[in-house]
Amino acid sequence: MIDARGLSCPMPVLMVQREVKKNQPKTIEVLVDNMTAVGNITRFAASQHYEVRYEEKAGDYRMTLWK
Amino acid sequence: MEKTKPSAFKRFMSGYGIVIITGLLIGAAAVALSKLGNPANMGFCIACFLRDIAGASKLHTAGVVQYFRPEIVGLVLGAFVWSLIKREWKPTGGSSPITRFFIGAFVMIGALVFLGCPLRMVIRIGGGDLNALVGLLGFIVGILVGVIPLRMGFSLNRAYKQSAVEGLIFPIILSALFALSLTTKLFASSETGPGSKHAYWLIALVIALVVGALCQQSRLCMAGGIRDVVLFKDFRLISGFAAIIVAVLVGNLIFNGGVKFGMQSQPIAHSDGWMNFLGMTVVGFGSALLGGCPLRQLILTGEGNTDSGITVLGYIAGAAFAHNFGLAGKADGVNEAGEFVRGGASQNALYVLIAALVIFVLIAIFNTKRQKA
Repeated sequence: MIDARGLSCPMPVLMVQREVKKNQPKTIEVLVDNMTAVGNITRFAASQHYEVRYEEKAGDYRMTLWK
Repeated sequence: MEKTKPSAFKRFMSGYGIVIITGLLIGAAAVALSKLGNPANMGFCIACFLRDIAGASKLHTAGVVQYFRPEIVGLVLGAFVWSLIKREWKPTGGSSPITRFFIGAFVMIGALVFLGCPLRMVIRIGGGDLNALVGLLGFIVGILVGVIPLRMGFSLNRAYKQSAVEGLIFPIILSALFALSLTTKLFASSETGPGSKHAYWLIALVIALVVGALCQQSRLCMAGGIRDVVLFKDFRLISGFAAIIVAVLVGNLIFNGGVKFGMQSQPIAHSDGWMNFLGMTVVGFGSALLGGCPLRQLILTGEGNTDSGITVLGYIAGAAFAHNFGLAGKADGVNEAGEFVRGGASQNALYVLIAALVIFVLIAIFNTKRQKA
């Protein structure tokens, strides 16, 4: 699980990029706290051919990326 | 569970569409505001307008740049209201606020050496001012340098949830001061120079409210545009950048009878290439560390981000320093004999820009936690 809550742009998507480059996982779980990060990660994930879904819980967004 | 698999049109609108529309409207608004009274090639300029507000508040006493700019109020309130409507308003803060304040101050000094923020740089390019292309080169170099620590794990640390009061205080006080500026003579207002040139306040406010909401929706950011291309090969934000240039260019061709391309004697600009370059290098580097350009910081402030609020206060302090210590650029002009006098910036400004770059490097080093390979 990547916890990118409270990190300003572009840290959350950079953390996801780093994880993809390093491990190329089939599934990535990411926790962010703003819609800018959700949008950025969604676009990056699409460019890497991941499917994305997210759910909001108490102001945070739990994202799941999978191939 | 919400899925992010909308229709193609919705995907376009939430991707490139909204950014391009925002860019085109900002460009059109900039031309309109200049036509309605704002200085030429300065329909919007976050740095210049915060500098004018600093002057209006008598934090500096440069008599030609004092005016409580409604555009700043409109941008913050537009983002504030739109983020409330979208349920994205969220008071956060605590991510190295003092560091952000000082980075903001130096970014503002860099912008005032160049005579414009990244947004005005783009508007100037659309207006035919080729000095802004030199500034753009510096801005790109600054961001490329700033991307290095980002790749290595640089962070100004986490922000945390704050109270509603903390998120509200900036927009409320800004609005109250603006109301005072309209109803009293407490604030200074220029009688000559750029500060004296402005569109009617209500028109400027309404235009900026719309632009603020659009920027909140699209996340438009001048620094982010270049950064995202470098880091992620993502051209979404930079498309807004290009859209502004196109809209300003077309707007000037239609409404101002053409565009005068050149370097000398462009409106409120100087042709000292090195200072234009270095000023915007500082803006680019600092904005990469801050995570966004001055426009974006204003929008985030409206969304309740108090770290961006502190950054905006840093910009205002930087503007005061820039004018109190003779660091701001001086525009090209003509003397009494009608001869061209080249503007530029002082030797002290050069020293401050170099100091800013050194300080940014140190901030980057001390806030970078190396990632495990």
